Amino acid sequence: MAVQKLPLAKALNESLRKALETDPKVLIMGEDVGKLGGVFRVTDGLQKDFGEDRVIDTPLAESGIVGTAIGLALRGYRPVVEIQFDGFVFPAYDQIVTQLAKMHARALGKVKMPVVIRIPYGGGIGAVEHHSESPEALFAHVAGLKVVSPSNSSDAYWMLQQAIQSDDPVIFFEPKRRYWDKSEVDTEAIPGELHKARVAREGSDLTLAAYGPMVKVCLEAAAAAQEEGKSVEVLDLRSMSPIDFDAIQRSVEKTRHLVVVHEAPVFYGSGAEVAARITERCFYHLEAPVLRVGGYHAPYPPARLEEEYLPGLDRVLDAVDRSLAY
Amino acid sequence: MTVESTAARKTTRRSSGTKRTASASTSTTKKTSTRAEAGAVEPELVQLLTPEGERVQHPDYDIDLSAEELRGLYRDMVLTRRFDAEATSLQRQGELGLWASLLGQEAAQIGSGRALRDDDYVFPTYREHGVAWVRGVDPTNLLGMFRGVNHGGWDPNSNNFHLYTIVIGSQTLHATGYAMGITKDGADSAVIAYFGDGASSQGDVNEAFTFSAVYNAPVVFFCQNNQWAISEPTEKQTRVPLYQRARGFGFPGVRVDGNDVLACLAVTRSALERARRGEGPTLVEAFTYRMGAHTTSDDPTKYRADEEREAWEAKDPILRLKAYLEREGNADEAFFEALEAESEALGKRVREGVRNMPDPDHMAIFENVYADGHALVDEERAQFAAYQASFADGEVK
Ligand SMILES: Cc1ncc(C[n+]2csc(CCOP(=O)(O)OP(=O)(O)O)c2C)c(N)n1
Repeated sequence: MAVQKLPLAKALNESLRKALETDPKVLIMGEDVGKLGGVFRVTDGLQKDFGEDRVIDTPLAESGIVGTAIGLALRGYRPVVEIQFDGFVFPAYDQIVTQLAKMHARALGKVKMPVVIRIPYGGGIGAVEHHSESPEALFAHVAGLKVVSPSNSSDAYWMLQQAIQSDDPVIFFEPKRRYWDKSEVDTEAIPGELHKARVAREGSDLTLAAYGPMVKVCLEAAAAAQEEGKSVEVLDLRSMSPIDFDAIQRSVEKTRHLVVVHEAPVFYGSGAEVAARITERCFYHLEAPVLRVGGYHAPYPPARLEEEYLPGLDRVLDAVDRSLAY
Repeated sequence: MTVESTAARKTTRRSSGTKRTASASTSTTKKTSTRAEAGAVEPELVQLLTPEGERVQHPDYDIDLSAEELRGLYRDMVLTRRFDAEATSLQRQGELGLWASLLGQEAAQIGSGRALRDDDYVFPTYREHGVAWVRGVDPTNLLGMFRGVNHGGWDPNSNNFHLYTIVIGSQTLHATGYAMGITKDGADSAVIAYFGDGASSQGDVNEAFTFSAVYNAPVVFFCQNNQWAISEPTEKQTRVPLYQRARGFGFPGVRVDGNDVLACLAVTRSALERARRGEGPTLVEAFTYRMGAHTTSDDPTKYRADEEREAWEAKDPILRLKAYLEREGNADEAFFEALEAESEALGKRVREGVRNMPDPDHMAIFENVYADGHALVDEERAQFAAYQASFADGEVK
């Protein structure tokens, strides 16, 4: 039963199960992860099967959760922490940025920090305030952290395994609006490297680079562009720190046009980093400036406005047109 | 008997209880016994009205209300419950994206809310619909954020009722700072901060305790211990009764029957008076129960037993006051009938209010991002407007 069609959330669940089975040092920690199985059911059934010592319902305190995970890691454990929603990671931000990220360097490499912090992120589910944000740039900016985001069930399964096996702290952003999307998972495959990008669709006229929830939107945009006779390549970056610039460069040398798409605000976002590096690397290949599509410099709006705020098919296609028009 | 002397007595009495807990938990390292002993020192709740609706006396918290005042409290609770039920069904009908019900917590909210003076300031979480009601916030305004048309919905200063706060515990620090400001101004109003038992684990709440004690801020911390933080019972947050925490920070804590509106009123009033006299913060733990789901997204059958809810239903705050009103002959059939009609009218008003609530204008995304303006926001607003206009022209590019 190596190949199965699973919703993304279930793939994560299977991945956690596998990690708990293979390594007795792996722990799951977070609010409501036990009996309830997490508010998105990603940890469903794990406490029942692995016990309260391995799947730990924590007090309602994010700084406490990450701070104690650091201590557990110092003691040889591999905590996988769940932050309930994107907007609630900030009470833990201090621990993540000032402690978790820097521990390895401060200890002259003698101490490892194999802590994974899972964060359901992004919008599109009609939620209330603080439940729809995309703070990945805030973490990618911090040296010592690795930041990744899967876009499909297979990556969800494998990237989480790899993140848990990593000796570095990994911020694992889960595209919550894709939790229920089903796709194939081969649990016996040989997975790609955690920080390598993946060509999600081949094309020759323009490259769309995205990650997490926006990969699906970009694939739809590419299909729509195809009908208009434009061949659009879609790159799933998968990792925001480090970023696989080689893969983007390869694609851009072929297509000569790049549009970066993410939900997070464009201003100081990951798209800015991609645009700057690719402009440096591909200056003579580019036929248009690197364009970015993303959120505005405004608080994530109330649910009734999120469709306008989030990059959708139209905005992506609009950028495709603008890039090709140069 | 003066309030000062009772507060002082309570503090001494309670400190011995705290000591017992401390020695008990240091004398053993087994978690099971710590839990048992923490439970063993739980003292009785401050209660003025039994679950059967019998009036009982408490030496420290006396209260004398007129029949009209009692009916007023009853009316507040009934209308609040009606409003809450309406919101729950509006969520089921797809008119609201989410709802956090206060079912079961009416006495804690109405009792504490009616203890406030107009110039006091309230810092709520996201479940304080009953407190909002007594502050005079239009109930329809509470629904905007749950419908997804705004992130607030009212001007906090028009009723001294701050916006709902979703990030757990943050508002306790705002309340403390506001209270520090009152002291600086030489005013004699007070502040009340609401939060749940789960929130007591947050650093912010503990920092609020520290600041309020150090600066002797006139703030009442009103913790509604409704027994659950989503799926986690209070034991996952603390091993000592919550009200006892206050001692360690240097101010009194008191546990009140949160389903007894009279006791909640009396205890909160006394804590507010203490704050006004310049004697600093108090932690009130209202021992109550969340009868519904955490929010409409939650499924409590995954983690809690029906019997538990049934046991608490027997302590229903509204039935209890009703029994008392009837027993004392303080309300007649006409009163209950009129209230029923008023409830229906409120339900209808809320229903229509929500259905007619307009969606926000698209440009609202860019409104109020900064008070002084920001060039990038101006630029993005203009681009957004042009982009939206391109659709209006039917020219979807
Ligand atoms: C900082 C933060 N972490 C997590 C959450 C998600 N969350 C919302 S309500 C809640 C439980 C709150 O329990 P409690 O403080 O007891 O208040 P209650 O809802 O029971 O009134 C959680 C975990 C949040 N809103 N904020």
